[in-house]
Amino acid sequence: MSQKIVLTHFSAPGSRARRWRWFREKFVEFILFSAAASSVLVTAGIVWTLISESIPFFKNVSLWDFITGTEWTPTFENAKFGILPLLGGTFLSTFIGLIVAIPLGTIAAAYLSEYMKPQVREIVKPILELLAAVPTVVYGYFALLFVTPLLQQLFPQIQGFNILAAGLVIGFMIIPYVSSLSEDAMRAVPNHFREASLALGASQFQTTIRVVIPGAFSGISSAYVLAISRALGETMVVAIAGGNQPQLTMDPTQPAATITAFIVQISQGDLPHGSIGYQSIYVAGLTLFVITFSFNVLGLWIRKRIQEKE
Amino acid sequence: MEVLLTAKQNQDSANKDLVTVDLVQLKKRQLMNQVFSVLGLLTLLFSILVLLALIWDLASTGAPRITKEFFMQFPSRIPGKAGILSAWVGSFCVMIVTALCAIPLGIGAGVYLEEYARKNWFTHLIELNIINLAGVPSIIFGLMSLGFFVQKLNFGQSLLTAGLTLGLMVLPIVIVTAREAIRSIPNSIREASFALGASRWQTIKHHVLPYSSGGILTGVIISLSRAIGETAPLITIGAVTFIAFLPTSPVSVVWPFINFQWLKDPFTVMPIQMFNWISKPESEFHVNAAATGIVLLGMTLLMNIVAIFIRYRFRAKMKW
Repeated sequence: MSQKIVLTHFSAPGSRARRWRWFREKFVEFILFSAAASSVLVTAGIVWTLISESIPFFKNVSLWDFITGTEWTPTFENAKFGILPLLGGTFLSTFIGLIVAIPLGTIAAAYLSEYMKPQVREIVKPILELLAAVPTVVYGYFALLFVTPLLQQLFPQIQGFNILAAGLVIGFMIIPYVSSLSEDAMRAVPNHFREASLALGASQFQTTIRVVIPGAFSGISSAYVLAISRALGETMVVAIAGGNQPQLTMDPTQPAATITAFIVQISQGDLPHGSIGYQSIYVAGLTLFVITFSFNVLGLWIRKRIQEKE
Repeated sequence: MEVLLTAKQNQDSANKDLVTVDLVQLKKRQLMNQVFSVLGLLTLLFSILVLLALIWDLASTGAPRITKEFFMQFPSRIPGKAGILSAWVGSFCVMIVTALCAIPLGIGAGVYLEEYARKNWFTHLIELNIINLAGVPSIIFGLMSLGFFVQKLNFGQSLLTAGLTLGLMVLPIVIVTAREAIRSIPNSIREASFALGASRWQTIKHHVLPYSSGGILTGVIISLSRAIGETAPLITIGAVTFIAFLPTSPVSVVWPFINFQWLKDPFTVMPIQMFNWISKPESEFHVNAAATGIVLLGMTLLMNIVAIFIRYRFRAKMKW
């Protein structure tokens, strides 16, 4: 009896059980490989759709007009397709967001990493990360119906829809992206660096500024890059609170439109497939994809440099 | 003698100067240190205060609307009678499709990359690709889905399209967290299993996956919480319509009892319903939006807290 069990489990080479086992192993490996490879297909699908829908667009509009045009009016009778107003809105809201998130996030990271007790940090860090978990449509509500009225009390000239409130709220939203990754980078700085600095008589603050932050520089900048990429692609906050008016302005109290907000605006109506208005959302999307892709590559490059140094 | 004395006095006074300078410096440094520790604390408090202000703002506006009727009524032109029945049912159905798409693909990819993949250019490509996909703005996934699922495959503006869009969007989160969880299992466990004659797949099925299930589950919950609050890609596929009906029931009393018609049905979800109500000028609709926001925020925060709790429990339990 016991011999029989041994035989079924340790079957002879070339037996049916062996072959079945070999086949099952290869089959599972193939399935798992397909799952991993499918992620490449997703990227291929994104690139293929964006490009194939954009090519007909550039048969009607020259690339030069697209890049240098200062008017974006795709739904007008006399449609103009200059991407600059959308790019301006996108970078303006991102810039305001970064003014909020980079100082707050970096200081929070330094405090969490260098000043806080580990037990308290274990509680505070997840709470801070909840800021990134709030749905963006809720942030849109917050920007339009809480932050804007608050700003209007301070500066009465601000309009009901403006890029300032949207940018500020994007800033709050990306604080955790800056703080969590920067904090990880700061904590990865070896402790004997800190000890050496403190032994030479530097204060904790001097150690943080002159030893820890320079030591974690690559990690902190890759956190910034991630936050920028995230802010550039943010959609609902600007679509709700930004006003959706493509105009080339550097005045954040005015309404403006970002690439993402424009896509949302057009998608709400129903433009027929194949019309130039429909193609214009793909061109806008392609522009956004190229920009965020460059930032992602930059972030990757910085991270790779850290790994090489280590 | 006199010269020496003056020299000594000079030296003394110089020393004294040095000491006073140092004391001023020290005071300054200590002050800076204290200023920074207060600043750091204020920064953290401010960030948490923003979160609290957001919750308070939603709660003070929307809480009175949260009644049983609000969950049981369809959206309506009359703000006081409108509810989120079609929205929460829609969110629930979309989440099922999203989970069925993202969980098997994500865990499968994670297992392959950690347990099988050889170091070659294709593995490297997959890894770079996943890092890049995680940084693609969500609205781009919507455009891809509109061009591919809606136009090419003719899935229409359906629950299936929406679920697949969000599933592909959260795929990188599932893969990355699954890989981290699998990587944290020490090799000695695998070697012990191999030594007893188990094959690679048997080792994964009986040891690697069960021991990493906590980490994987955390990733799955976080990714679903991201998907449930996502709005932009669903607007892009054209989901902003007035939906005052429910998807077809998946079970019926007549043959064949189970059908998949619901996958093809048009839908609305909670974030889109909220967006609709925010976009209306009447402030009564904003109250409805706030109430929907509370439900949405409550769900995502709850899911995140559960995920943190599971991660914490597993970290405390697992001692290698």
